[in-house]
Amino acid sequence: MFDFDIVTSWFNGLLTGFMPQWAATLIECVVIGVIVLLVYALLALFYILYERKLCAWFQCRLGPMRVGRWGVLQVFADMFKILIKELICLKGTDKFLFKLAPYIVITSSVTMLACLPWGKGLQIIDYNIGIFFILAVSSVGILGILLAGWSSNNKYTLIGAMRSGAQMVSYELSLGLAMITIVCLAGTMNITEIVAEQDKAWFLFRGHIPAIIAFVIYLIAATAETNRGPFDLPEAEHELTAGYHTEYSGIHFGFFYLAEYLNLFIVSGIASLMFLGGWMPLHIPGLDGFNNVMNFIPGPVWFLAKAFFISYVIIWFKWTFPRIRIDQMLSFEWKYLMPIALANLVLMACFVAFGWHF
Amino acid sequence: MSDIKNIIGKICPEAQFTDGDILEVTVPDMVWHPLAEALRNTKGLEFDLLSAVVGMDWKENFGVVYYLTSTVRNWDMLTVKVIAADREDPMIHSVSDIWGVANFQEREVFDFFGIKFINHPDMRRFFLRNDWVGYPLRKDYDASPELNPIRLDDEINEDDTCAYIEQPDGSIVKEDRKVFGPDEYVINVGPQHPSTHGVMRFRCALDGEIINKVDIVSGYIHRGIEKLCESLGYPQTLHFTDRMDYMSAHMNRHCLCMCVEKALGIEVPKRAQVIRTMMDELMRISSHLLSFGCAAMDLGATTAFFYGFREREQVLDIFEKTCGARMSMNYNVIGGVVADLHPDFRKDVKALIEIMPERLKEYHKVFTGNIIAQNRMKGVGILPKENAISYAITGPSGRGSNFSCDCRKKHPYAVYDEVDFDEVLLDGCDSFSRYMVRMKEIEQSCRILEQLVDRIPEGEIRAQVPKLIKLPVGHWYQQVEASRGTFGVYIESDGGKTPYRMHFQSPCFNLVGAVDQCTRGLMIADLITVEAILDFVIPDIDR
Repeated sequence: MFDFDIVTSWFNGLLTGFMPQWAATLIECVVIGVIVLLVYALLALFYILYERKLCAWFQCRLGPMRVGRWGVLQVFADMFKILIKELICLKGTDKFLFKLAPYIVITSSVTMLACLPWGKGLQIIDYNIGIFFILAVSSVGILGILLAGWSSNNKYTLIGAMRSGAQMVSYELSLGLAMITIVCLAGTMNITEIVAEQDKAWFLFRGHIPAIIAFVIYLIAATAETNRGPFDLPEAEHELTAGYHTEYSGIHFGFFYLAEYLNLFIVSGIASLMFLGGWMPLHIPGLDGFNNVMNFIPGPVWFLAKAFFISYVIIWFKWTFPRIRIDQMLSFEWKYLMPIALANLVLMACFVAFGWHF
Repeated sequence: MSDIKNIIGKICPEAQFTDGDILEVTVPDMVWHPLAEALRNTKGLEFDLLSAVVGMDWKENFGVVYYLTSTVRNWDMLTVKVIAADREDPMIHSVSDIWGVANFQEREVFDFFGIKFINHPDMRRFFLRNDWVGYPLRKDYDASPELNPIRLDDEINEDDTCAYIEQPDGSIVKEDRKVFGPDEYVINVGPQHPSTHGVMRFRCALDGEIINKVDIVSGYIHRGIEKLCESLGYPQTLHFTDRMDYMSAHMNRHCLCMCVEKALGIEVPKRAQVIRTMMDELMRISSHLLSFGCAAMDLGATTAFFYGFREREQVLDIFEKTCGARMSMNYNVIGGVVADLHPDFRKDVKALIEIMPERLKEYHKVFTGNIIAQNRMKGVGILPKENAISYAITGPSGRGSNFSCDCRKKHPYAVYDEVDFDEVLLDGCDSFSRYMVRMKEIEQSCRILEQLVDRIPEGEIRAQVPKLIKLPVGHWYQQVEASRGTFGVYIESDGGKTPYRMHFQSPCFNLVGAVDQCTRGLMIADLITVEAILDFVIPDIDR
């Protein structure tokens, strides 16, 4: 596999050749920041079109068709429209918190994006507690949602925010437990090492029974974490019109909207990193010829393909299932999902201790 | 009939009887409440269903005409005319404690006639603004725009209401009441809300997510159809019916045509009868498909919505070919139908019948069988059979509570007595039963269509009717089974070319009356489920 470290160290060497270290680091930070934001925006636009097209096909429709071929430019038009719309701040809102909330949401999601490994050496934040960091940052986003609901001074948004709080706090547990199950198998929290561990075979296959259970739990919990159907109660449009972001307009609404789509990509990316080998090609032990062919496909392509596939599954959930009710949602988490996740963690520990995995 | 006369005569010697299609009893207000109790409870009478409440202004006095039905005694009907004593300040005793449906019906009468109902718990206007001057359906109503200009200010929606309570000494005291307590957390669902299917407003008192009380505010799109009808000729009034419950356009119009035909004694040709029956059933399929789709969408399953609409499109295409319109078809006319069937009609109907069973299976696969959908609907919005009768919840919603109320079976009209179909009854009394009744009624409608499609007789499509239609002096009441329940038309004629009074008894008006008691103690999400599956159409409430 091509190691992207070569590019980054060449760029670093180029800069330090004619400027001091601090200036080089500064320039690198700015370049990376611009790249992350650009990727963020492009991915969000792609995801909006992706979901619109997919849901149209589920529903015997064509989806956007007018702007550009197959409607590909529709999302650009929509984004441009959102950018030029007036930012409305209603009377009686807590103006500071109201304006702060979307930034908190989007910051949390951009930071998570930076943690994802796109290929060998193609990663921005790489700690030895990478998984822990991702979990911690993802919980910050909920703060923005709560603030948005509270500061809007609207009963619908408040109910949406309360639902969101209850939901995120609950499903964070299952999500964390499913990830810890894999950490247990991998023996590390470092994202690079987790991916490297899956060199021979992906964790979904290596950990077989407990890994598959963890994968299913992760998918359910991740759907809930991203506020997507059937867990879209915080913004349940048929009950609360638009939930916590009812009162937002223009790009402030756009931030919530982008963050929602990007979070979909991020949870899919994490799933592919933890269960499907991240940017690792599909390797089947024993079939060297096949493995070599797979190695020709670049890492980022693998990573994106896996993430898009998992997003497809989550989108499929959303457009097929009815919305769950708040009490059913909570009892599902606390009575079924979390106990199963806990038992599964014990099972995985046994598998690791006795070496029953591949 | 003479038995009933004897029993009523014993209870209430003041009663005057008029024989006719339906026995009519005229009583003064003083004896009305005890008589109503007796009519409801006495063995041999048992009029447990209040079918219609029609406010009347007979110029010299005000009154209310009640149409009662006995569900236990073979759907026997009775008319009670109650006359208010005083024209200046008309008052009639409320029967909302005997029949739950009277609560909203009497508020409507109060709104339009200013008749105050004694002991009614909540005597507010129902449709009009609180600052409206006068009572529009009174014959001496002053419609000048100076009195009621188009108001640009917000309506002050206070929580104030009042009740006129009869004291033990017989005097009436006005008692001020509040709709909601000062500490209640009230949210507005509507008038602009994705799930109210129109401009309807529910004020919900919440405790967290739990609903304590729902107060209904209606009238945002009220068009005063009954008032408009009083100045139009009979053929001109027909088109309003398509615009009330637009999902039962054919049935509503069928009902009004039948009522006028009954008054004129017109015999409708057989071909027209069969066509009308088929159109009614097609309309029912289209309506139930819409109901399925919207219920699924309100529960969050957006894809099922499109599946329902895909087949509905096919029904609308059939309408378009024959009637020239997809909505507001304006197809029935007095004496028959306006145009003959399109040559493709039979082919299209057969194609529809052929695909429907397959498509219904698909719906059950994508939505009904889903565990989340079942959890959302089962046990939600319980409406026991007694309450369904008391609140006059007819149609699929009533039949989901095991209340056998299908007009097509109870007093067949058109060619319903010649076709073989089942009245779908389920005893779950919850939203899921109501939903399933609709799905099964689609099958039954297909069955009716299947029997009729090859048996459309040749002949005239409408009878000869006079150019200028004048009804004789008298009054008539006609019911049909619309998509959402029993639709009734009341016509009172003074012999002129316009009706003296025309009243439309809409099923959705009763459905919305049951929302409060169906949703107490449930959650906000359940309010949406209950609303979606009761499936009311707002223009039918706001006539």
